[in-house]
Amino acid sequence: MSEFLLQARELTKDFPVSGNRRVHAVSGVSLEIRDGETLGLVGESGCGKSTLGRLLLRLIHPTSGEVLFRGQSITGMSEKAFHPLRRQMQLVFQDPYASLDPRMSVRDLIAEPIINWRLCDGREAVTQKVVELLEAVGLQEEFLYRYPHQFSGGQRQRIGIARAIAVDPAFIVCDEPVSALDVSVQNQILNLLKALKSSRGLTYLFISHDLSVVRYLSDRICVMFLGKVCEIGPTEAVYRHPRHPYTRFLLDAVPLPDPSLRGKELRLLEGEPPSPTNPPPGCCFHTRCPHAQPRCAREAPPLRDIGEAQVACHFAEGL
Amino acid sequence: MERMTLEVRHLFVRFRTEKGVITPVNDVSLQVPEGSIVGIVGESACGKSMTARAVMGLVRAPGEVTGGEIILCGRDIASLPEKARRQLRGSEISMIFQEPMTSLNPVMKVGKQVAEAVLLHSRCTWREARERTLAAFRDVEIPEPEARFDCYPHQLSGGLRQRVMIAMATVCKPRLLIADEPTTALDVTVEAQILKLLEKLRDASTSVLLISHNLGVIARVCDRVYVMYAGQIVEQAETEVLFKRPLHPYTQGLFWSVSSLREGCETLKTIPGVVPNLRHLPEGCSFSLRCDRCVAACEKEAPGLVEIEPGHAVRCLLATR
Repeated sequence: MSEFLLQARELTKDFPVSGNRRVHAVSGVSLEIRDGETLGLVGESGCGKSTLGRLLLRLIHPTSGEVLFRGQSITGMSEKAFHPLRRQMQLVFQDPYASLDPRMSVRDLIAEPIINWRLCDGREAVTQKVVELLEAVGLQEEFLYRYPHQFSGGQRQRIGIARAIAVDPAFIVCDEPVSALDVSVQNQILNLLKALKSSRGLTYLFISHDLSVVRYLSDRICVMFLGKVCEIGPTEAVYRHPRHPYTRFLLDAVPLPDPSLRGKELRLLEGEPPSPTNPPPGCCFHTRCPHAQPRCAREAPPLRDIGEAQVACHFAEGL
Repeated sequence: MERMTLEVRHLFVRFRTEKGVITPVNDVSLQVPEGSIVGIVGESACGKSMTARAVMGLVRAPGEVTGGEIILCGRDIASLPEKARRQLRGSEISMIFQEPMTSLNPVMKVGKQVAEAVLLHSRCTWREARERTLAAFRDVEIPEPEARFDCYPHQLSGGLRQRVMIAMATVCKPRLLIADEPTTALDVTVEAQILKLLEKLRDASTSVLLISHNLGVIARVCDRVYVMYAGQIVEQAETEVLFKRPLHPYTQGLFWSVSSLREGCETLKTIPGVVPNLRHLPEGCSFSLRCDRCVAACEKEAPGLVEIEPGHAVRCLLATR
């Protein structure tokens, strides 16, 4: 048995766009997720983090590379052979407004996966299970026959989470689960996700653009830029000593709720992000990197062990 | 005496709906001094955007401004007829929105859209309007302004689109810019650039009213902050004072939510419950349902906004005792 729940090996995904060009959404990403850990995935919009999440779940197929679940490749598998594994891997979406069918009651929404997987027999038993799930996500039984529009954003996200855990998965990809929520409600959902993880032994891939949210939940974090991993390592190590220049810019840019820091001159990223249809040669960050050398434009840096983390930069030691 | 760019006094906005009357802006008073950035912070549906729309004169039916004064540079504009209000928009007051893609015309070149604003508000030739547009593009640090002039919105990144919006809003040098969640749809590195741009505008004598739910954004650029909850201002203070000594339980709850997340507490602090429905506001204090220090008096008596120290006012019975 592998110690890794999930492994990605040289995963690449291109999407065709007009004019015979291709967008390189994910290019050559290799990473491992250990059983029971939370891996945080951060990066700015368009860096390929959601695409990577979907690749790991086999919701889309990679252009090349493979995904292993408990040491077994799921990339080449037939639909039929993969089917039992689908139950092990679930997804929580960003937008709780868009991901719930407005014409289904809460009972039917949560019962759907239970019935599809034949986890309970008989209507009564299914309803009983739905009530248990509602309790597990902090909703009352009286909500059973209400519809999504009658709930607030936070409550809808709880329903989305109940759907995901209904089939007792091992692995859940949470794709920006709190970005659409208010600050006070966001923390309620984060507490819930953390509690569910320990009570049900879940493993998360937690995708977010909000660095403080990721820091709170994750054991390790992975920073992506333009379809590639720039830095991956234990959360505290990366936050305290970011090694990749991009990680530093990203951490510096987060506005802190502390007015005494006003007036402090910020190092801002210059220029526009490079295009994913035509990524720069060599290191994809070199066009915006203040430390770039001629070598960076020629040679793409591989991920190397530096300290506790792995960093894709030729000059990470000297920075 | 500080000169005020904007002064709002006892503003009310009401919506008549089939299920009754709601008041998303309930007796709001605020001031934006000349050459400053003033923030309104609050969660969804607290009335912060509706306050901004009322100042712009953009409240649509079934909503209407039912009371209050809106004083722009010494002149009450709330009572002006619609035609005069329209002339103010774009020249004296401008507004930028959260999602720049939906505020720009997708089938018109961005340069032309900005130049149109110039032609609307000043007598000048197309050539002059183009020159002023290019100058505005340079002011908001759009790289290669000549090339961008002929781009369509979809050809630009989110950050560039927001810069075009700011250029459009400021090309006529308004006295006041209202920025409604201007960076919420943007990445953090781009957000930092846009916030710096707002500071640059303030230094060029355009006052800014910044609406945001993000306390980090507020702390970084605002001189003064108003906290809104359920249609009312519940606390107001200088930014440093508010962040050092928040007094209203709601403000404290917001701050603790953010700081417990940053400090990585085992269990995150939250504010219990959800934002109340404006149709079913509790009697007495509107925050009483979610407040952990609520006493019997809070459920009976609606607290007024009381000044605790100069410039720092709170709407809470306990804080004023």
